[in-house]
Amino acid sequence: MNCDEFAELVTAYLDDALDDSSRPLFLDHMARCSGCTGYYGQFTAAITALGELPAPGLSPKARSHLLTAFREASSEKPE
Amino acid sequence: MSEGVVRLGGVTDFPPDPVIVAGLRSGDEEVFALLLDEWSRGMLRLARSYVSTAASAEEVVQDTWLAVIRAVGTFEGRSSLRTWVYRILVNTARRRGERESRTIPVSSVDGERPDGVPPERAEGGPEGAALAGEVRALIDKAVGTLPSRQRAVITLRDMEGYGSEEVCEILSISPANQRVLLHRARAAVRDHLAAYYDGRGGP
Repeated sequence: MNCDEFAELVTAYLDDALDDSSRPLFLDHMARCSGCTGYYGQFTAAITALGELPAPGLSPKARSHLLTAFREASSEKPE
Repeated sequence: MSEGVVRLGGVTDFPPDPVIVAGLRSGDEEVFALLLDEWSRGMLRLARSYVSTAASAEEVVQDTWLAVIRAVGTFEGRSSLRTWVYRILVNTARRRGERESRTIPVSSVDGERPDGVPPERAEGGPEGAALAGEVRALIDKAVGTLPSRQRAVITLRDMEGYGSEEVCEILSISPANQRVLLHRARAAVRDHLAAYYDGRGGP
């Protein structure tokens, strides 16, 4: 396995989706190649950072508009 | 009206689908508010993969919730409720995104750049926080440059933490396709970060 092939398989490895023949080759390459070990570290660091991004919520106006719409729809429904 | 519905206060387990669906159908506002507060953040992010501004994404999310209110009576439980809601969102956002791309140049909408959220200022404090704020802004920008299909997958998998099966179902794509899109998106974000740490600016 060369470095390009290694780089293409990182997500498959992380999803535990490598087949039985590729997995040992992937791990063997990482053990021998410091460049790819570094790449792997940066790749997983990017994933961690993505998970830590703050997410803004709905504006209070949109939220209250939707709660009103829900209330009105419920009161129109036949019992 | 909310008899039979578990008390929802506190941060304990999210109620199972049948409880939520029964609450929605019986008009339990507390149940609806819980859903709104739990899912809208992720929905806004996902909508942003397809439309050009944050304001437009908020309209997509509002339209989606209105459709959910109208259609919850027809929900059959063939997927999870969350998957069902997200699929409505994706359809709504795609349609709007296509309309936007036909009518307005994305770069001119609201003066907001199409390729990302404005960088957040780190909340005062030590240099570490400023650095983290800079990295966050950089990642936001990197995600903003991705094609919408890649952006949708990385949003659901890495920003929202959903499993690959649910992501395939929400986006109607195969597992192999999902992995290719995710890998390309992650590699692009990694490239942006690597360029930053190398002190070379952007790629």
